[in-house]
Amino acid sequence: MSENSGFLQLSHICRTYQDDENEIEALQNINLEVFRGEFVSLIGASGCGKTTTLRLIAGLDKPQAGHIYLEGSEITGTDPKRGFVFQQGALFDWLTVEDNIAAGLKARHIYRRNKEKVQQFINMTGLTGFEKAFPHQISGGMAQRVAIARGLINAPEILLLDEPMGALDSFTRAALQDKLRELQKISRTTMILVTHDVDEAIYLSDRIVIMTPRPGRISEIITVKIPKPRQRGGVEFLELRRELLEKFELASAKPQPEYVI
Amino acid sequence: MKKDIKCNPSSGQADFCIQNEIEKEKISAKEDQEDKIGKYWKKIILTIFGFLLALLGNYFIPQKAAVEIAVYRIGGLHFDINDNYRIVLLALMICFLLDGIISGKNEKNRKHYAHMAAFRFVLGIVLLIWDIGGTKLQIFTQPFFPGPAQILGAFLEEGPFIFQNTLYSLRLYAVGFFIGTTVGIGTGILIGWFPTVYYWVHPVLHMTGIIPAVAWMPFALTLFPTPFSAAVFLIVICVWFPVASLTAMGIKSTPKQLFEAARILGGGNSYLVFHVAVPHALPEIFSGFGTSNAFAFTTLVMAEMMGQPGGLGYYINLSQVWSAYYKVFAAILVMAILFSFITVLLHAVELRALRWQRGLLK
Repeated sequence: MSENSGFLQLSHICRTYQDDENEIEALQNINLEVFRGEFVSLIGASGCGKTTTLRLIAGLDKPQAGHIYLEGSEITGTDPKRGFVFQQGALFDWLTVEDNIAAGLKARHIYRRNKEKVQQFINMTGLTGFEKAFPHQISGGMAQRVAIARGLINAPEILLLDEPMGALDSFTRAALQDKLRELQKISRTTMILVTHDVDEAIYLSDRIVIMTPRPGRISEIITVKIPKPRQRGGVEFLELRRELLEKFELASAKPQPEYVI
Repeated sequence: MKKDIKCNPSSGQADFCIQNEIEKEKISAKEDQEDKIGKYWKKIILTIFGFLLALLGNYFIPQKAAVEIAVYRIGGLHFDINDNYRIVLLALMICFLLDGIISGKNEKNRKHYAHMAAFRFVLGIVLLIWDIGGTKLQIFTQPFFPGPAQILGAFLEEGPFIFQNTLYSLRLYAVGFFIGTTVGIGTGILIGWFPTVYYWVHPVLHMTGIIPAVAWMPFALTLFPTPFSAAVFLIVICVWFPVASLTAMGIKSTPKQLFEAARILGGGNSYLVFHVAVPHALPEIFSGFGTSNAFAFTTLVMAEMMGQPGGLGYYINLSQVWSAYYKVFAAILVMAILFSFITVLLHAVELRALRWQRGLLK
């Protein structure tokens, strides 16, 4: 990994939002390096700026100070090289599953040459048989698989996931986590996941970035050394989970009960 | 079915009682089935019976009032207006009979048919009373309320002429509606997409849109080279406003997240407009079509009545001059059928285009 260091670089990022009266410091001096093929989770209480960070990397928003580089070139706007999966409701309701997944190819006018990729991604995400269904007709878990397939079809260098499993029930969530792990193994895409679920972060990540609110900043970065595939009930897993939750209590201003996060 | 058996579980009669209950249920289910079929046949007979009474009334009640029962020659056969009316009634009866038989195969259709039976029966009775009051005895004020046979006689008298005028109306409607919706969607997109256009055009659209299109008639008639183009202009105006403002509304209400998603996928501005904003606005666009469709009918008929060389409105005016009110009714009948057909067609197109909104297969 070391030869790829600085694949994605965030240096001295600041972002403030103007409220009606006061200024909110969403991000204060964020420095982060992500390596090629890595899976990084951003975790923290709400308002810690994890989604803002992700939007900045995507180019949906601009920092007031600091720079973001991907492979040495500065990020100034959106690019199909950086895929994005929204929490929910970002599918095109008027398109079938198949057409939603193909949207990226069509938008870039390269659909004709890559037609077979669509079916490939449908099979890969386990959506076979639902090609002609509309988003309203499928379950929330399936909809998120469509969103992930749609994000991956452009073969992005990096896939940004903004709480893609936040609105799902725990069984669907676990299944989708497995699917995501599998997809990352196959595609070797660098992924950055925003989540508020400690288990999810441990299960999927190579590194976990803990962020704290007011002002939003990185408090600690933890490397997960447990070999993949990980067992959700494994000893190391549970130990790291307890350790993380303890750090959370230390990191947040007010002590919080263990099960909320 | 003995209802007087008292079931007492403690007295060892329980088994017998349960057995008896099951038997009873079986019998009642079978009876229900037979009952249903029997009831449904009664509904079919009821539906047809009203029209049968109208037919018999027309046949047997003597003609008391001095009405000219016009006779026409069609392909070597001699028809009078009563023959014509009876054929129509007979055709209606056959249609409803077939409808009843076909609907019987499907639970939902059967219910609908049974539900409509009383209404259709009364419709037949109304026709009977109308026939007696309008033609046979002429109790109703004449010549304003002719009987159904006389009204249908208008089609025998000058069917081709009515058809010609219907086509004229249809053409006027089609051209006006097509141009109006095209211009409406176009301006709607511009208003919805560009804030500057919204600022300058939207208030103007609001002010002019409230004015009924026929108010522009004097200008339309003098500024346009042909009466046809003048009428098209009026229909375009009345279609344009609702379609444009609703399209703009639909486009403006597109969630920001959808645009962000499209942009990240590599979509340019034209993709954002035509593949995100417009499809998202489609339900509103169709609701604009529905509103403007109703406006267009009104404007169409008014324009035709005030200076067109053809059309159903023109035909009404022409007939009124000769006090031929049965022809006015004939034209109204054609309008009712034509306009509901167009509305049904539009609705079918809408259902097809918005099929992604319906159905939860989960």
